[in-house]
Amino acid sequence: MFSITARLSPINRRRLERFKQNRRGYWALWLLTGLFVLSLGAELIANERPLLVSHQQQLYWTLWNDYSEVTFGGEFDTQADFKDPYMKELIEVEGNGWIIWPPIRYRYDSINYDLSAPAPSPPTSENWLGTDDQGRDVLARVIYGFRISMLFALILTGASSVIGVIAGAVQGYYGGKVDLIFQRFIEIWSGLPVLFLLIILASIVEPNFWWLLGIMLLFSWMQLVDVVRAEFLRGRNLEYVRAARALGLSNRLIMFRHILPNAMVATLTFMPFIFNGSVVTLTALDFLGFGLPPGSPSLGELVAQGKSNLHAPWLGITAFMVLSIMLTLLIFTGEAVRDAFDPRKQL
Amino acid sequence: MTKTSTSSSEPLIQVTDLSVSFNQQGQITEAVKQISFEIPAGQTLALVGESGSGKSVSALSILRLLPQAEPPSGQILYQGRDLLQADEAEMRQLRGDRIGVIFQEPMTSLNPLHTIDKQIGETLLLHKGMNSKQARERTLELLDLVGIRDPEQRLKSYPHELSGGQRQRVMIAMALANEPELLIADEPTTALDVTIALQILELLRELQQKLGMAILLISHDLNIVRRYADHVCVMHQGRIVESNNCAALFANPQADYTKMLLDAEPSGQPLALTDQAKPLLSTNQLKVWFPIKQGLLHRVVDHVKAVDGVNITLRQGETLGVVGESGSGKTTLGLAILRLIGSQGEIRFEGQSIQHLNQKQIKPLRRELQVVFQDPYGSLSPRMTVAEIITEGMVIHGIGDSQNRQQLVIDVLCEVGLDADALHRYPHEFSGGQRQRIAIARALVLKPKLIILDEPTSALDRTVQSQIIELLRDLQAKHQLSYIFISHDLAVVKALSHQLLVMRAGEVVEQGEAKKLFEQPQDRYTQTLLQAAFSA
Repeated sequence: MFSITARLSPINRRRLERFKQNRRGYWALWLLTGLFVLSLGAELIANERPLLVSHQQQLYWTLWNDYSEVTFGGEFDTQADFKDPYMKELIEVEGNGWIIWPPIRYRYDSINYDLSAPAPSPPTSENWLGTDDQGRDVLARVIYGFRISMLFALILTGASSVIGVIAGAVQGYYGGKVDLIFQRFIEIWSGLPVLFLLIILASIVEPNFWWLLGIMLLFSWMQLVDVVRAEFLRGRNLEYVRAARALGLSNRLIMFRHILPNAMVATLTFMPFIFNGSVVTLTALDFLGFGLPPGSPSLGELVAQGKSNLHAPWLGITAFMVLSIMLTLLIFTGEAVRDAFDPRKQL
Repeated sequence: MTKTSTSSSEPLIQVTDLSVSFNQQGQITEAVKQISFEIPAGQTLALVGESGSGKSVSALSILRLLPQAEPPSGQILYQGRDLLQADEAEMRQLRGDRIGVIFQEPMTSLNPLHTIDKQIGETLLLHKGMNSKQARERTLELLDLVGIRDPEQRLKSYPHELSGGQRQRVMIAMALANEPELLIADEPTTALDVTIALQILELLRELQQKLGMAILLISHDLNIVRRYADHVCVMHQGRIVESNNCAALFANPQADYTKMLLDAEPSGQPLALTDQAKPLLSTNQLKVWFPIKQGLLHRVVDHVKAVDGVNITLRQGETLGVVGESGSGKTTLGLAILRLIGSQGEIRFEGQSIQHLNQKQIKPLRRELQVVFQDPYGSLSPRMTVAEIITEGMVIHGIGDSQNRQQLVIDVLCEVGLDADALHRYPHEFSGGQRQRIAIARALVLKPKLIILDEPTSALDRTVQSQIIELLRDLQAKHQLSYIFISHDLAVVKALSHQLLVMRAGEVVEQGEAKKLFEQPQDRYTQTLLQAAFSA
């Protein structure tokens, strides 16, 4: 399992085969990966600055560097606003140059002041999915919001899996008192109201991405503990584990090399669903207003806007479509992974 | 099982040119190839062969109980009707009514959630149309017939409350409920201890005489077959290689394969021991007691005495055979000596007491004290290649360096009779016997002084068993190894052991020089064991 690229064991090769056999899950994974990779480059897709400007035979990487208007022959020494028709004229006509724009000329926080209708304004050729009630481009916010959701879920899933697997492994392998105490602790811990903690926290600090991640992590690691623990309880009595102990292997090595691969099946099967849960959690928090700081692009905030602006259906519909497509793709992937690891499934 | 051959009578069931194949991922494997046999009413036909020879598949396809198989070809005439053409409703009428089946594993072939009463009663309600009161009476009668004591009380028992032998009796009672004309017994005694196996077979023979049914006996055990069958078919790789009257077949085997099977009984003597062999391992009053805790405060009220006061002395190059039936504490004794479970009492290895060493202190000794487990399918990590499995111990104990380790692995593989090309393959690509060789190689590469062999041959076919025993004997001669050989199979133990330890319920029943003990067992229990194993 650790050398997936180098040398697949036959059992893993069969799993990969089975994963590919599930066409729906296979394509869902590709689609999801593609969208995620695209969204990683969100600044290149949706930005209020041009990517590249040519002025008087000279190239300006406007995306990364700040330039003053004076650079392009303007009058004020302020930062150039390339959307200004005056700047456009300066560069294209007087500077004999050109401007390359990203496909969407808005960032998640750029406000369109030239709306034809009061915000929230309906979709136009300028704002493809309309604007929200503060005049910000919905499509740009969706792209950035998707990226934050995915990153948040990815980090949360990864971190909580690592902690959960370690906790479950220790409990299952040592059993006895360790197991007993840890289990009681988990029972108490899982009884704590997460939402209240977040509300209290929000009154002390301004919850940003990392604060939220930390708090969620405190509680989300418990999902995997039970399956991994069960796997280790079973695994420590397997004959090859006994044989390894008779060889004199240390406990840590036995856990890592001999039992963990068994538990990885359960873990990998669970992961897409934990991932899904993480996305939903973040969205829910944002919807309630306890999530990311105001102004951040977030799907939950879009849902909230859709709710409070029922007369602007493009907000609600967009939020719904994005969330449902994203979660459906995740579930499809999860199903395919689950099938791939199901030993009873025939090819 | 009347031994008179009544060849003139009409056969009850006649199988002609039966072939069964499985379709696995587009690959078609033929498990049974054009076999033919017939069983006259009231007689016993035995299908003999090693694992994978297609015995069970042939028997189960009579009842068409293999849904994953391709439709079998050939003809199965049961009282003149072709079962392969019969529809599902007709088959249901036959199953459990005219044809009964006993499976190998009594543990898993009874539904754990139903009482005995319900399990047996089910077929009666289904086929005989009895009401529940009649069914209950008949169930009692059947339990009595198969020799279950206190049938009244047993009616409400669940399978887990019964012992293995009792469970097999319940299975037989279920199979006999409707007085079938044909009983298919698929390895009916393989999972049972020898003394109990004998009782079950005697019971079957008795019932056959009483009810006049035909039996199709499937077994890998030639002793059983010789004693209980009228007619024998030897199967090998899906074909019947020889088929004859039982007495004639054993007296005068024709096919090479049959001869090989008959010769495969473990034989030979343990190696002669030099007089000045040094003592290697000794235990004094070794005990493994598991506390039974009860009440609110979890006070210890009693102990399960898994091993109770065992004293052994083992010299270099010597083999101690430990025999006993399941649950007698053999394996626990082995694990206690290996310090893999806690125990009380003294364990001395090369004069040093190892009972109180901690994990770190005992690590160098692990090299000298190795173990080979029973199940060659379970004792090798399925995700590691053979090279990784064997190298693991060397890395831990710092034997060799990264350059010459590969050579050491190849050497040890050759020593246990495997090729060097096994190195980069995974355990599942090997047969049971080869896997056991890998497990032996893993122990051997550390150059141990003592290897504890926990039923190393029980999961293997007879022919493979004797090869493994040969190998063990050679290795002992070459490296002056000491063995503790744990087994329930007395024939195997006899071929290897200098000393013998007979255990029952955690206690040592009898102990002493193996040769003497086999000739003149003192204890009653030992006598029964020996009789059950060698009386054929």
